[in-house]
Amino acid sequence: MTGFLRRLTPDQQVTALFLLVFGVLALASVILLALSMRERPGASAPAGEGELAHAGVLLRHSWFMALVFWFAWALGDVVATVLFALVSFFALREFITLSPTRRADHRSLVLAFFVVLPLQYWLVGARQFDLFTVFIPVYVFLGLAVVSALGNDTHGFLERNAKLEWGVMVCVFGLSHVPALLLLRFPDWSGRNAFLVFFVTLVVQTCMLAQHLAQRYRPGKAVAPQVSSSFSWLNWGIGMGAGALLGVLLSGITPFAPGQALAMALIACMAGSLGHLVMKAIKRDRGVTNWGPRTASVTGSAGLLDRVDALCFAAPVFFHSVRWYFDL
Amino acid sequence: MNPPSHASAPVWQPLAARAMGLLLLGIVRLLTGAQARWHGSPPKAEQRIYFANHQSHADLVMIWAALPRELRGITRPIAAKDYWTKTPFRRWITSAVFNAVYVERERKGDEDPLQPLIEALERGDSLILFPEGTRGNQPEPQPFKAGLYNLALKFPEAVLVPAWIDNVQRVMPKGELVPVPVLCSVTFGAPLQVAPDEERRAFLERARAAVIALRDI
Repeated sequence: MTGFLRRLTPDQQVTALFLLVFGVLALASVILLALSMRERPGASAPAGEGELAHAGVLLRHSWFMALVFWFAWALGDVVATVLFALVSFFALREFITLSPTRRADHRSLVLAFFVVLPLQYWLVGARQFDLFTVFIPVYVFLGLAVVSALGNDTHGFLERNAKLEWGVMVCVFGLSHVPALLLLRFPDWSGRNAFLVFFVTLVVQTCMLAQHLAQRYRPGKAVAPQVSSSFSWLNWGIGMGAGALLGVLLSGITPFAPGQALAMALIACMAGSLGHLVMKAIKRDRGVTNWGPRTASVTGSAGLLDRVDALCFAAPVFFHSVRWYFDL
Repeated sequence: MNPPSHASAPVWQPLAARAMGLLLLGIVRLLTGAQARWHGSPPKAEQRIYFANHQSHADLVMIWAALPRELRGITRPIAAKDYWTKTPFRRWITSAVFNAVYVERERKGDEDPLQPLIEALERGDSLILFPEGTRGNQPEPQPFKAGLYNLALKFPEAVLVPAWIDNVQRVMPKGELVPVPVLCSVTFGAPLQVAPDEERRAFLERARAAVIALRDI
C-alpha cells in the first residue's frame, strides 16, 4: 500500500490525500445526519441535541477549511495567495467591527486594509521571506502608530492603536504564513508543500477536538473560568498528546523524521490552542461568543475568525520553526 | 407598483444602470456585509414607508443593499434635488440606478416640499425616509420632522416600518473619501400606525423611540 503511494507523482499523492479527507468528512456528515434523524422524534433530549448541534458546527468548519485548502491547492500558488488574502480581509473586518475605533483612526484603518494587507500578501507571493516576516512587526508597527498620531486625537490612543495592531498581527501577519508554507522550497521535496499546510491544520484541529472531547467527558478544573469554562491543564495536555501522536503518524507525508514531526506538531498545537484561548479572552471582553455578524452570538453560527483563529497563531510559529530548523 | 420608467432612455442605459447597481451592491457587501435583520415585519412586497436614523451618506445605499432584490425595485429613496441633479452622472445614478424621488431642500414659493413624495406614494411606490432631515453625529437620532406624520395621515394604507442602521458612520465618516470595511446591519422593526386623534408631536416621538429601540435588539 505505502509502496503504491510512494510511486505516485506528488500531484497524485496530494489528490489522494484530499480524496481521503473529503471521504472522511462525507462519512461523518452522513453519520451525523442519521443520528439527527433518529433523535428527532424524542425532542425531549435537549442535552443530546446540543451535543449534535455542536458536532455539526465543528463538522461545517472542517468542511469549510478543507474546501478552502483544496481550492488553494488546485488553482495554484497565485490563487492560493489571493484566496488567503481574502480570508485575511474578512477576518480583519470582523476583528475591527468588534473593536470600537474613533474618527481619527480612519486613515490608519484604510492603510491597514488597503495597503498593509495587499503588500504583505504580495511579499508572500514574491517569496520575499526575509522582508515578509518583519514587514508588519517592525515597519507597520511604527507606521500605523504614526498615522494614528497624525490623526490628532489622544483619547484612548494606546488602546485604539493596540487593537488595530493586534488585528493586523493576527488576521494579516498570522494568516499570511499559510500561503507562505505553500511557497517554501525544500530541497528534494518539491510539489508536496500542500502536505505541510495539511499537517499543521490537521494536527492543530485534532489537538483542539481532543481537548474538547476530553473536557466533555471528563470535566477538569477550569484554569481561567472568566475566559473559558472549558480550559483545564490536564485536558489541554490530552489535546497536545493527541496532536503530537497524529504528528508522528503523519511524518511520512512531511519532510520531517518522526522525532522532528513530534516536535513540530507540539509547537504548532501549543501555539494554536493557546492562541485560541487568547482570542476567547478578547471575545469575552467584547461581550460576544462569536466573531462575525450581529446575529452570530444569538444563533451560534460562527464568524470566519472563529474558524481560523487557531491557525492564525499556529502558522507563524510553525513556519518560523521549519524555516529556522531546516535553514531554508 | 409601477416599474421604473426608462421609456425615453437609449437602449444601453437600463443595462448600464443594472451593471452599476450590481457593482455598488458588490462593493457594499464586500465592505459591510449589508446584513438585514427582520424583527417584527417580514420582507414583503406591500406599500411601505421605511424610516431610519441618518448618520452617513452611505445610509441610503446601505438600506437599499439590505433589502431583498424584489423589494429594491419598488422601494425608492429620497435625494436632495439641488445636489443630486447638478451633474449628469449624479442625476443618472440617482434616477436610473436608485430610482430616487427628488425633493427640494429649501421651500420655494408656496409649493409643498412633500409633493414629489405624495406623487410617488400615489403611484404605489414604497419610500425610504430619514425623518431627521439631516445627518446627525450623536449616538441618538435628532427629533423627527413632521413629514413622516403628514404622509402617514395622507396614506393610511402604507405600512410604516422603522429601521435602525448600525455602524455605517464608521465605514465613511464625514469628510473622508475612502471607506473602511466594517460589518454593518439594518434592523427592520414592527410596523407603526398613527393612532386615532394622535397628535403630531406624540407620534413623531413614538416613531423615533421605535427606531432607537431597534438599536439594542
